[in-house]
Amino acid sequence: MIIPAIAFYVFAAITILSGLMVVTARNPVHSVLWLILAFFNSAGLFVLMGAEFLAMVLVVVYVGAVAVLFLFVVMMLDINFQNLRQGATNYAMIGGIIGVILLLELIFLLGSAAVLPAGVAGAQPTPAFDVMSNTHALGHVLYTDYFYLFQAAGLVLLVAMIGAIVLTLRQREGVRKQKVASQMERRPEDTLEVVKVQSGQGV
Amino acid sequence: MLEIGLAHYLTVAAILFTLGIFGIFLNRRNVIVILMSIELILLAVNINFVAFSAHLGDLAGQVFAMFVLTVAAAEAAIGLAILVVYFRNRGSIAVDDINLMKG
Repeated sequence: MIIPAIAFYVFAAITILSGLMVVTARNPVHSVLWLILAFFNSAGLFVLMGAEFLAMVLVVVYVGAVAVLFLFVVMMLDINFQNLRQGATNYAMIGGIIGVILLLELIFLLGSAAVLPAGVAGAQPTPAFDVMSNTHALGHVLYTDYFYLFQAAGLVLLVAMIGAIVLTLRQREGVRKQKVASQMERRPEDTLEVVKVQSGQGV
Repeated sequence: MLEIGLAHYLTVAAILFTLGIFGIFLNRRNVIVILMSIELILLAVNINFVAFSAHLGDLAGQVFAMFVLTVAAAEAAIGLAILVVYFRNRGSIAVDDINLMKG
């Protein structure tokens, strides 16, 4: 009983601390690294809640793709981050006040415990773990009842991929590229000429 | 204290959400950190989804958390692409400079 509680508090504390560091770090590269730590620890929270598949997806998608993408962009752009920091404290006060009010409201809402009681029969009851693993159960639900939404999610990713490529693709001046089509179109008779050369004379 | 229930996870998610909002205010000139704050907010939403899913024994919450993950990945890719194009055109990523269209 005590070990899950300790694990929860460790994971939750590190998640919140690294979340705080993400927004307060001076260097955006450090922000990205703290973000990676936050994602890892929330994956731990997901495991504690019994959502192993989502925990692994979180690590693969967020740490493996999104965070690395952020890291690439932060390092690729030559930005003076010090200029971006100035004037930040002007809004720290009002931001802090709004944040504290929002947090208090959320915690009051949770403290009033106006949430659904446990054991309400949901739309997709979770099978017991010894019957079916989390991944298996999720697959059963995802590929049957939520199949159209699953396809739509794939479409969202496709549109995002095409959009990102279209946005960042550019034609540069003065770059020598291989033109495959013109290479394939080239025929021997266009370029080669067979000349009979008499001995003792030049071409 | 030792019995970890729904409220504990919801509190963690609430704190993360608030940190995300606070980050947008604190770094309101730096688009990259604003995007990261949005990722934090979406992570808090995911924790809420999974916590309710575990509490109610309903798998639908985890399915929707996966969809949120998909949209978050797409949003990050598009947002960073726009950022790269913007930097290429203006040589800066400050939010204050995004006034070309005088909207």
